[in-house]
Amino acid sequence: MSTITTAGVPATGAGRTSLLRAVATEVVRFTRRNTLAAIGGFVGAFIIFVALAAPLLAPRDPLKADFRRMNRPPDAQSLLGTDQVGRDTLSRVIYGARTSLFVAFSAVILGTTVGSLWGVACGYLRGRFDLYSQRLMEIMQAFPDLILAMAISMAIGTGLQAVIFAIAITRIPFGGRVIRSVALSVREMPYVEAGRANGGSALRIMIFHVLPQCIAPYLVLATTHLGVAIVIEAALGFLGVGVPPPTPTWGNMLADSITALVPPWWLAFFPGLAITITVLAFNLLGDGIRDTLDPRLSPAFLRMMAGGRRS
Amino acid sequence: MRKYLARRAMYAAITLIGVSVTIFIIMRVLPGDPLVAILGVEGHARMTLADRERIMADLGLSAPLPVQYVHWLRDIASGQLGKSFFRGETVAQQILHRGPISAEIAILSLFVSWLVGLPVGILSAFKPNSIPDGVARALSVLFIAIPGFWLGMLIVLALLFWFGYKSPLVIVHLWEDPWQNFQIVVGPAMVLGLAQGAYIARMSRSCLLEVIGDDFVRTARAKGLGEGLVVMRHALPNALLPVITISGVLLGFVLGGSVAVEQAFGVPGLGRAMVAAVIERDIIVVQNLVLLYAVIFVVVNILVDISYAWLDPRIRYG
Repeated sequence: MSTITTAGVPATGAGRTSLLRAVATEVVRFTRRNTLAAIGGFVGAFIIFVALAAPLLAPRDPLKADFRRMNRPPDAQSLLGTDQVGRDTLSRVIYGARTSLFVAFSAVILGTTVGSLWGVACGYLRGRFDLYSQRLMEIMQAFPDLILAMAISMAIGTGLQAVIFAIAITRIPFGGRVIRSVALSVREMPYVEAGRANGGSALRIMIFHVLPQCIAPYLVLATTHLGVAIVIEAALGFLGVGVPPPTPTWGNMLADSITALVPPWWLAFFPGLAITITVLAFNLLGDGIRDTLDPRLSPAFLRMMAGGRRS
Repeated sequence: MRKYLARRAMYAAITLIGVSVTIFIIMRVLPGDPLVAILGVEGHARMTLADRERIMADLGLSAPLPVQYVHWLRDIASGQLGKSFFRGETVAQQILHRGPISAEIAILSLFVSWLVGLPVGILSAFKPNSIPDGVARALSVLFIAIPGFWLGMLIVLALLFWFGYKSPLVIVHLWEDPWQNFQIVVGPAMVLGLAQGAYIARMSRSCLLEVIGDDFVRTARAKGLGEGLVVMRHALPNALLPVITISGVLLGFVLGGSVAVEQAFGVPGLGRAMVAAVIERDIIVVQNLVLLYAVIFVVVNILVDISYAWLDPRIRYG
């Protein structure tokens, strides 16, 4: 587990400024080594900022219809045009970032956390619990992501929470599988054995000795799945089973646009562009974080693991 | 080998039973009263208690859950898969009518992904970190990020805008009119194929680069083979296994993604049927279609696993 080399933690008591400086040097180093990922990170941070500051940034109310200005192409008054009922597309895209990111972040954090805790328990306890859990995760992974999310959100009703829950469930087995393999290797380490020898209970060892080692892979998993979650959310909205209108989400905007016989290009183009840029940014960031924090999650390593188990 | 196959088949059967139970639970236990789901809260409130009970019995939803589950298994065994609430047809008829279109899209997209992804991956691996490699990698990162349904919308819009062209909106099967049929399936297949191709290009590049460092490749070079022969004859066959695996995994992406992409293109395939059933809250249709998707996904991935033994004689199954 020598892979956790985030040197961002300085000696204690050195004060706030040196912590800031250490973080800054770390960011600079990361940028130099992994420029693309850093660009992804900055774009991602910018989109998060836009989402948080939506009420300040949006030029108009995203829900306010204006029947004097319907279906206008982009012009000086509304930079990205207006939709069929005269709502400002730019404002809706900005507010859409709010919903999309909120759903994606909540779903990924919820799903990956539940999956990771489950995975730690599987990997550490092993035995029958692990065996049954593995079968259960296999069953969850037997569904294509979007299909499962559709079925769940249909069952529990379409609302913000329902969509978050539906996407979160599809993320659980991924967290479970990866973290389980980490826990399996950590449990054999001498210090964990020492903890057991000292009479620590299974719960105590899992929380204080195994869990901390899972933080790096957890972060990697969470970032790499953000992009997937954003796409699933958008697809649900596009199919009309996501966050219900009139809440502006990128998927809903795309769904609205194709109700027209000949959809205006700006309504079809900008929300999708927002999705693509966001997903691209988080994917690049995720790849970079993976390479830096946890080479064990690189495709090459995972393939080796898969090959090792098969032969 | 036979023992391995038997074990795999048994695990798959367990998984599929689990899958069916899971869908059943999602469809029955979570939403509370299915009648509310079908009729809406208002419609439900307007009916008398007797009416409600009669309809529930008609739909086969008033029996105890385990009995309902057994009935569903019986419907599956009979090949009918149960009846839609809203349409007069059974789910099996729906699948037979719309399934071929979706199957064509999936298979065609698989061909596209290999035809595009593999050459690009090989080209990248030939000269890593060169300009063509950079372009190929940038494109694959881009195509992984672009949502297929959006790309589909843009293609439909562009064709409509510039050429006034719209692909046929009714179901035309391959055996009825191949040209019309091709116009329906080509768009979704390209969109899904390019997205998969991006993953395949990425995977084949990194696998090739790994293998190219191996001793047997150095030996091939040392005995004087040209670089082309070294890569195509020696390195490539050994790098292909993981690419085949990822192709199997990507099927999940195609099955799910095709639902949204079919919607974007207006293709009347199985995905559209799924969306309609979800919006109409047609429980029976949804549970059967979800099961179908899961069965396809599980079975194909087992076939991929088994194909390993054929392709790589080093792998022995105990």
